[in-house]
Amino acid sequence: MKDMRRMNGKLIGMAFYRSLPVMAGYLVLGIGFGILMRSAGYGVLWAFAMSAFIYAGSMQYVGAGLLAGGASVILTALTTLMVNARHLFYSISMIDRYKDAGKVKPYLIFALTDETYSLLCDGKVPEGEDADRYRFLVSLFDHCYWVTGSVAGSLLGSVLPFSTLGIEFAMTALFLVSFTEQWIGNGDHIPAVTGAAASLFCLLVFGAERFLIPSMLLITLVLTLVRGREADAE
Amino acid sequence: MRSAILVAVMAGVTILLRFLPFWVFKKKTPAFISYLGRVLPPAIMGMLVVYCLKDTPVLEAPHGLPELIASLIVIGLQLWKHNSLLSILSGTCAYMLMVQTVF
Repeated sequence: MKDMRRMNGKLIGMAFYRSLPVMAGYLVLGIGFGILMRSAGYGVLWAFAMSAFIYAGSMQYVGAGLLAGGASVILTALTTLMVNARHLFYSISMIDRYKDAGKVKPYLIFALTDETYSLLCDGKVPEGEDADRYRFLVSLFDHCYWVTGSVAGSLLGSVLPFSTLGIEFAMTALFLVSFTEQWIGNGDHIPAVTGAAASLFCLLVFGAERFLIPSMLLITLVLTLVRGREADAE
Repeated sequence: MRSAILVAVMAGVTILLRFLPFWVFKKKTPAFISYLGRVLPPAIMGMLVVYCLKDTPVLEAPHGLPELIASLIVIGLQLWKHNSLLSILSGTCAYMLMVQTVF
């Protein structure tokens, strides 16, 4: 019993350490969201509910605008579908990994944000530890940071004592780190290059507001074609 | 009330997107989907990096220089030390310093 508890403490510590990079980003982006909601006329309960139950950063920023503008249900549903379509991808790539996660599986799926995905998609788990419990803790910590940030932003408003200009780069840095690690970990660099190049191409063709979905389609298409070639070579 | 419905719609659609692949491929994951599961993570990270940098003004001063320098710091440190927290903190602090004071 004692051993079990100690192991849990160690596991919690490791999950917490792993989640630290997301903490900075989520607190800042969450505070930004809270402030945005406040300025759109929605108080702390709204910020809390959206962060707790939608839990999708960019969608919530867009959502604040939808609420304030009195959007229709159809428009809201379609916008959510477009902005969050990438989550289909995250889930697809986690199907095998989350297969036997048991009781925590629904939560793991619900809490699969861009940032949590970037922490867990390499599949690495501390040696000798329960993978599902570890993933659950990392997901939960991230969720807590996001909700805490949103509530803090709504309550504190814009009374922060220092300039946070540029702090949003933490998200970029997080994805860059994950990209670099994937690059080192994989002998095959074609997927990484495809992802970056196809997105850049679509950004130039479709513009900053509309390039995500074309990018995902192009990435899938190219990776599919590459796979066909591999199969032929065998 | 209307706002509550909209929030519920946003939450519902997001949950649907996240759960759908798990429902559709419940029994046995097709080989093609497993393949996508293997190759998508690095590709998506590439996409998200581009997404984060999409609003960088490359054509006007400072031509995305702060973004470029900070990105190189992050990648360089990560290759050298393999410490995610160190790379992210250093890159972000450098970026904040640059956009607040230099550029």
